[in-house]
Amino acid sequence: MKLTVNGDTLTLTGTTIADLVTQLELTGRRLAVEVNREIIPKSQHGEFTLNEGDVVEIVHAIGGG
Amino acid sequence: MSDLLTIAGKTYSSRLLIGTGKYKDFDETRDAIETSGAEIVTVAIRRTNIGQNADEPNLLDYITPDKYTILPNTAGCYTAEEAVRCCKLARELLDGHDLVKLEVLGDQKTLYPNIIHTVQAAKELIDDGFKVMVYTNDDPIVAKELEDMGCVAVMPLGSLIGSGLGILNPHNIRLIMEEANIPIIVDAGVGTASDAAIAMEMGCDGVLLNSAVAHARKPVLMASAMKKAIEAGRESFLAGRMPRKAYASASSPLDGLSR
Repeated sequence: MKLTVNGDTLTLTGTTIADLVTQLELTGRRLAVEVNREIIPKSQHGEFTLNEGDVVEIVHAIGGG
Repeated sequence: MSDLLTIAGKTYSSRLLIGTGKYKDFDETRDAIETSGAEIVTVAIRRTNIGQNADEPNLLDYITPDKYTILPNTAGCYTAEEAVRCCKLARELLDGHDLVKLEVLGDQKTLYPNIIHTVQAAKELIDDGFKVMVYTNDDPIVAKELEDMGCVAVMPLGSLIGSGLGILNPHNIRLIMEEANIPIIVDAGVGTASDAAIAMEMGCDGVLLNSAVAHARKPVLMASAMKKAIEAGRESFLAGRMPRKAYASASSPLDGLSR
């Protein structure tokens, strides 16, 4: 299915957020994920099913003041 | 001497809060922050780079949440809505950690706080259970309002973010402190160690800085200087300075001089 992830179009081969995280080689990283502007807690990434056209944001911590 | 800073019920022995932006690399970030002695460290929340190599280093592997109190900021947010969203993402990212640095900016030229949006965001965040340390201007009335709303620390600017111009209106900072019952932390504008010492001598509870260390020619050495300046300024405040006089007053006794 096609998703928008951090502003870019991406084709997901799996179905869940965990699948997406694996596909992006981000497994084990400290992340927060929003789907269509709603935060999906880490504990639900394994079962949360994404749908065609979903808008996903994945964020992390970077240097800042 | 026990002289601890308490923010939202947690105590800290360092009164220096430090940012993680603008360093050469994460090694320098870690070295500077370790040297500074800071216990509260700010970070920004941004989109993860998609398609980057998987072993790209991660800031929180260098500045770890078990060692430091991580203070996510809302830098780059220009509306209350953006800032609230950013704080919620930070809370999820940091496993429910609810201490945040709220800053809602007005424009890119000044990065001056937009107080209307700041107040609105602070209210929403406090209602949602966040502990809000709020970046604001040096207006004593606004500072008191933010305290009364339930912010856990008020952080007036010394001067514009990243300007290094020092504390341009110490009189206003003093007015803010006179009325405050929560920590007042000068945030932004500190350019060098004496600026930090001045803030602490005035009686501020702490100083938050980033560029002064990260943009120093030798950041780790400046981190050391800042640690000492904060400690010296704090001790000087607690010791109480001598009164200023218009004329000389001899330190050596006037009597008993051989004539």
